[in-house]
Amino acid sequence: MGALLQTLDVTKRFGGLSAVTALNMSVESGEIVGLIGPNGAGKTTSFNLITGVYKPTGGQILFDGRDITGLKPHAITRLGVARTFQNIRLFKDMSVLENVLVAQHMRMGANLFEATLRLPSYLRKEKRIHERARALLAEVGLAEHERARATSLPYGKQRRLEIARALATEPKLLFLDEPAAGMNPQESVDLMEFILKIRDQFRLTIVLIEHHMQVVMGVCKRMYVLDYGVTIAHGSPDEIRNDPKVIEAYLGVE
Amino acid sequence: MDLQTLLQQFVNALSLGSLYALLAIGYTMVYGVLRLINFAHGDVFMIGGYLAFYGVSLFAMPWWLAACLAVALTTLFGVGLERAAYRPLRDSPRISIMISAIGASFLIENLGIVLFDARPKAFAVPGPFAANHVIGGLHVAAVSLIIPVVTTVLLAILLWIVYRTKTGMAMRAVSTDIEAARLMAIDVDRIVSITFAIGSALAAIGGILWALKYPRLEPLMGIMPGLKCFIAAVVGGIGSIAGAVLGGLLLGVIELMTVAVLPGLTGYKDAFAFILLIAVLLVRPAGLLGKNQGEKV
Repeated sequence: MGALLQTLDVTKRFGGLSAVTALNMSVESGEIVGLIGPNGAGKTTSFNLITGVYKPTGGQILFDGRDITGLKPHAITRLGVARTFQNIRLFKDMSVLENVLVAQHMRMGANLFEATLRLPSYLRKEKRIHERARALLAEVGLAEHERARATSLPYGKQRRLEIARALATEPKLLFLDEPAAGMNPQESVDLMEFILKIRDQFRLTIVLIEHHMQVVMGVCKRMYVLDYGVTIAHGSPDEIRNDPKVIEAYLGVE
Repeated sequence: MDLQTLLQQFVNALSLGSLYALLAIGYTMVYGVLRLINFAHGDVFMIGGYLAFYGVSLFAMPWWLAACLAVALTTLFGVGLERAAYRPLRDSPRISIMISAIGASFLIENLGIVLFDARPKAFAVPGPFAANHVIGGLHVAAVSLIIPVVTTVLLAILLWIVYRTKTGMAMRAVSTDIEAARLMAIDVDRIVSITFAIGSALAAIGGILWALKYPRLEPLMGIMPGLKCFIAAVVGGIGSIAGAVLGGLLLGVIELMTVAVLPGLTGYKDAFAFILLIAVLLVRPAGLLGKNQGEKV
């Protein structure tokens, strides 16, 4: 009992290449956990395995006490797992508001029949999700942009919109894939505060991939280090900073 | 040539173009969500015509009932086609699913020959469609007036679904980024089924209207319109609904206007469709209304 997410010996092989080997990760409710490692270490692959984009070659993934191994991504999202992407993947032909609305789609539970007849129940739901979407946009500071095209936003705001869109699926567990990528130091500090804020406000558990050491060390109490798909270290920021294996993976051997 | 003949041909062109548009929408929508050219789409159109025919001739239904049932069954047929021939190959290389589409097309055509018989069947045109009206000196078949009206109404409904409903929003999300859409809890399989249902329903209605305009059914009748409407969709900008409609209308007008203006070239009218394709693609590779976007890297 206890862990919100637990992976047991999760492995992914692409042909002869083992992208992730025996990943054993355990995340408690309310934690912010970091996942770091050099490029190509298998961090994003791990995210893809847990969110159902890839099927694991072996191992088991437990979320909230349920076995979610091999479930389809939309089913896993419905259980309360959301994510953002390393290279922003907004629905670029839609407005900012629509991007959030689409993510609430599944919470709506309306069908085409209900929508076509515009039943009162439908209109009530419609109103409620619009209000919620606007509230989320206000939360991430994008309220005044709701009508803008998603891709017309500046980069930093697109990242925030992606987070708002993920929050719209009402997750318990949120995966952030390099949220600080391309940000300057000040933006990174703002982002750290933002991550802590949404964690408390939406009672989230967060797993974070990040290269910005300042950000990871700043918000994560615990982290896992991957190298060539293998978990080489795991512990508090201080432990990680002084772990010879981690130093070796990042800097090479003398 | 006098103005009257020109107008006459224009009315015909408008109704032919509307039919092309109905069929082209199906190509463009399926391409939009799956990046797949559904080569069997023209055959779905043929099935629609035949089912309506059998409803009237075999089961002695009133024409409207036969038409409704034919549309419903063709819709199921289209959804079933996706389940059987495309869904299992969703994660395979794109060439496999394309080959499967070509195979499905041949299969349906040949099943048609076996089941419906290769000899053409005469489609009994019900009274309201067979009438001829004289409007301002123009002889206009009732069906030529009805087709553009039906197409306009269907297009309005379609645009409403795509831009004003949650399902439509999910369809647009899937067509921009299928992976991200999945991770927003959108059931992609369901959206794909709905897309095929809409495309097939439009093809069935197109097939029935086609049979009313040209009352002769053959198992291979879907090939040429299918090919031309694929062209219409590409010319308009594949993936864009407005583009498909524009392409369809343009193709209808060009085809019939060539015949009207240069009667000597009647035999080559199909060639004009292909010349149009080549000409447009040379100038605008993404089609008239398509966005010029490179493959994502």
